[in-house]
Amino acid sequence: MAEHIVPNKTYLAVWATLLAMTLITTLVGFVDLGRFNTVVALAIATFKASLVVLFFMGAKYTPRLMRVVIISGIFWLAILLAFSMADYLTRWWPA
Amino acid sequence: MSHSTEAGAVTHPALQTPYRDLDQQRETATLGMFVFLLTELMMFGGLFCCYLVYRTLYFPSFLEGSRHMDLTIGAVNTAVLICSSLTMALGVKAAQKGRSKSIVPFMVITLLFGCTFLALKGVEYYQHWRLHEVPGFNFRFVSSVPGVDPDRVQLFFVLYFIMTGLHALHMLIGAGLVSWVAIAAHRGRYTAAYHNPVENVGLYWHFVDIVWIYLFPLLYLISRTHT
Amino acid sequence: MSAAPSVAVEPREHYLNVNYGIRSWLLTTDHKRIGLLYLISITVMFFIGGLFATLIRLELMTPAGDLVTSDTYNKLFTMHGIVMIFFFLIPSIPAVIGNFVVPMMVGARDMAFPKINLLSWYMYVIGAVITLYSVIVGGVDTGWTFYTPFSTTYSNTYVFTAIVGILFAGFSSIFTGLNFIVTIHKLRAPGLTWRRMQLFLWSNYATAVIMILGTPVIAITLILVAVERVWHIGIFNPALGGDPVLFQHLFWFYSHPAVYIMVLPAMGVVSELVTTFSRKRVFGYEFVAAASIAIAVFGFLVWGHHMFVAGISIYSAMLFSIMSYLVAIPSAIKVFNWTATLYKGAISYRTPMLYAFGFIGLFTMGGLTGLFLAALGVDVHVTDTYFVVAHFHYIMVGGAVMGYLGAIHYWWPKMVGRMYPEGWAKLSAATIFIGFNVTFFPQFILGYLGMPRRYHAYAPEFQVLNVMSTAGASILAVGYLLPLIYLIWSLRYGEIAGPNPWGSTGLEWQTTSPPPTHNFEETPVVTEEAYAYDKHPEMEFVA
Repeated sequence: MAEHIVPNKTYLAVWATLLAMTLITTLVGFVDLGRFNTVVALAIATFKASLVVLFFMGAKYTPRLMRVVIISGIFWLAILLAFSMADYLTRWWPA
Repeated sequence: MSHSTEAGAVTHPALQTPYRDLDQQRETATLGMFVFLLTELMMFGGLFCCYLVYRTLYFPSFLEGSRHMDLTIGAVNTAVLICSSLTMALGVKAAQKGRSKSIVPFMVITLLFGCTFLALKGVEYYQHWRLHEVPGFNFRFVSSVPGVDPDRVQLFFVLYFIMTGLHALHMLIGAGLVSWVAIAAHRGRYTAAYHNPVENVGLYWHFVDIVWIYLFPLLYLISRTHT
Repeated sequence: MSAAPSVAVEPREHYLNVNYGIRSWLLTTDHKRIGLLYLISITVMFFIGGLFATLIRLELMTPAGDLVTSDTYNKLFTMHGIVMIFFFLIPSIPAVIGNFVVPMMVGARDMAFPKINLLSWYMYVIGAVITLYSVIVGGVDTGWTFYTPFSTTYSNTYVFTAIVGILFAGFSSIFTGLNFIVTIHKLRAPGLTWRRMQLFLWSNYATAVIMILGTPVIAITLILVAVERVWHIGIFNPALGGDPVLFQHLFWFYSHPAVYIMVLPAMGVVSELVTTFSRKRVFGYEFVAAASIAIAVFGFLVWGHHMFVAGISIYSAMLFSIMSYLVAIPSAIKVFNWTATLYKGAISYRTPMLYAFGFIGLFTMGGLTGLFLAALGVDVHVTDTYFVVAHFHYIMVGGAVMGYLGAIHYWWPKMVGRMYPEGWAKLSAATIFIGFNVTFFPQFILGYLGMPRRYHAYAPEFQVLNVMSTAGASILAVGYLLPLIYLIWSLRYGEIAGPNPWGSTGLEWQTTSPPPTHNFEETPVVTEEAYAYDKHPEMEFVA
């Protein structure tokens, strides 16, 4: 299986985007969006993380198996978070 | 342990039992590292779960705690790690192209970025110590903001220290791994056909970067507006 | 695939005699030797855990708490749980049998990462030594469940030490699981597609997935407890607003799937035994394989059923209750399929098959009683009673341990090249079956009548059933000691086994017993599905 070698341009573009998004997320922190501050911050973080996974870690070019591994990790973490929160968010609901 | 196949053919010196060929060895090593990173994800995940629960329950206190983070150091550290990921990726690329000696400067710069991160973190921790913000040691917190409970703020700081502490420990281990790769590369161990350790240390390093990419907004940027 | 020779002969050189000396064992990377190293250490831990059980059952012969103090009793059931769960049940089949057999079943020369395999054994041993140290210096009394804030703040026992020991065992587990997943994905022999794999591989793969995804969560959770004990900075401390129930969520997120780590490999063993000893293909291969994966996935969605009375919301309790009913379905599918496999099979009642029968019956009982516990209303009545204790012992002892013993007997000829004595083996299987039921069936009744668990004193009306339970335990102990004796005896005096005494179609049986270090002289090429007995009428029992 041949390895895919990523051009330097791609790496530099990803790097610049990551720095830019860091700046943006920091600045957005100073703007009051109420609830949406969290949403925006996590969305930006997820976008940055995706760039690192896809390009720096090469997931874009690896066989399907690695992607299954990555996605299943995210899925399982989501189970932990979701089912735990299902308890806390509904504890004070009327019986 | 290397060399032999059933046919007794001469093989690459880096080929180990029980692999048929270098390709299988590389795919196996990569899969192994990804599966290992899965375990790391779940480990940090447990802490993210604690964070999620308590932030939901005690939002005003977490907000207040977050305001006491040093945003400058946090942001600079984020940028430092992003740069280190770039140099790491470039180092792995040099390995893929078989330029063993070129790997070394990239690894050294990555290491320097990593050490910068750890140094800044140390400064930050020291600052927290001076401001009596270290739980279990000298925590003292007073706030007149309504809805803020000093005990709950302490909970925020507990999570802060444990999450960033575990992250820093992983950075330290990563620094060791990067040094090891640098030394081996300097000795010409890696070729285009065999450079699994470089790739896999790279995967590890990027993962640790990703953890920080989430820690930064969750700990430092809950909200910085003036209420 | 060839028929076995008429007179069994031991190969001249194999993995056991290829080199001698303690260093060749302690520094081995041969998965088979590592499997045997695990066998020895796990057996030691099993009997230590059994010692704690003996003391517990002795105390419970009388209603008064007269043998030990309540503090000591707390330590007894804690250590019994910790040793049996973390140092026996979780590693047992994967680390002993799996390590030995999985590379052979995929047609490889070793595991994907042989050195990590050896490292996993050292992690296990270090963990065991540290945990035993914590016993010797005074023990732990928090229950194996380490509930906070007792474990973090109020217990005066060696919680930190025990946690460190368990963390090492956890890493051992993670490395084992990592090896299994990568080996099964990447080292399969030519022609061995997923759908041609033996079901033992599917089960161990599913088990490895659980090990990988669950163990890290309990690792970090126990680290948090340890941190709180040492530096008094705590996430679960109610004084700071921490929630002890959060600990339980994190703890059970792993510990529930952990029970599937314990039972899935045993199910894989049963699939192998049922097919070999009825000379038939398994009924519904795809369903059994898919059920293994389904158990692994669904097993992660049910952890809250350990917390129904802990203070979680009734709505999340309902969610977990429904999920707990759903997770029973794939297990039931397996039981139905094994039964259908037996139908019109040429059944042979050798010892491994007896253990398989024991598993199917007792696991079914244990599983069904799990459904009682999954019902919210019933659970309120029987939670924290002996009903729960009986339920999980039916699955873990009646199920997993029987699966383990069946596996040991089945693969013993492959591991050491000798047969065990069939008469004694059947006797001990029967003893274990009888002893087990006499020990644990009364506990269902005790629990239903209201006897609480983890109490060293109880109301006098419960004594008769308790005495019965203790009597059963003594029978069970005899049953467990017998194999220790005759298996060691067979190393020297057992009949020579030959490559395939059971006439099995399994890939591991297509090489000598004991196998050479690299398992196969030439890499096998797989051309047909597993359990193709209908295509090979010439394969027959030689034992």
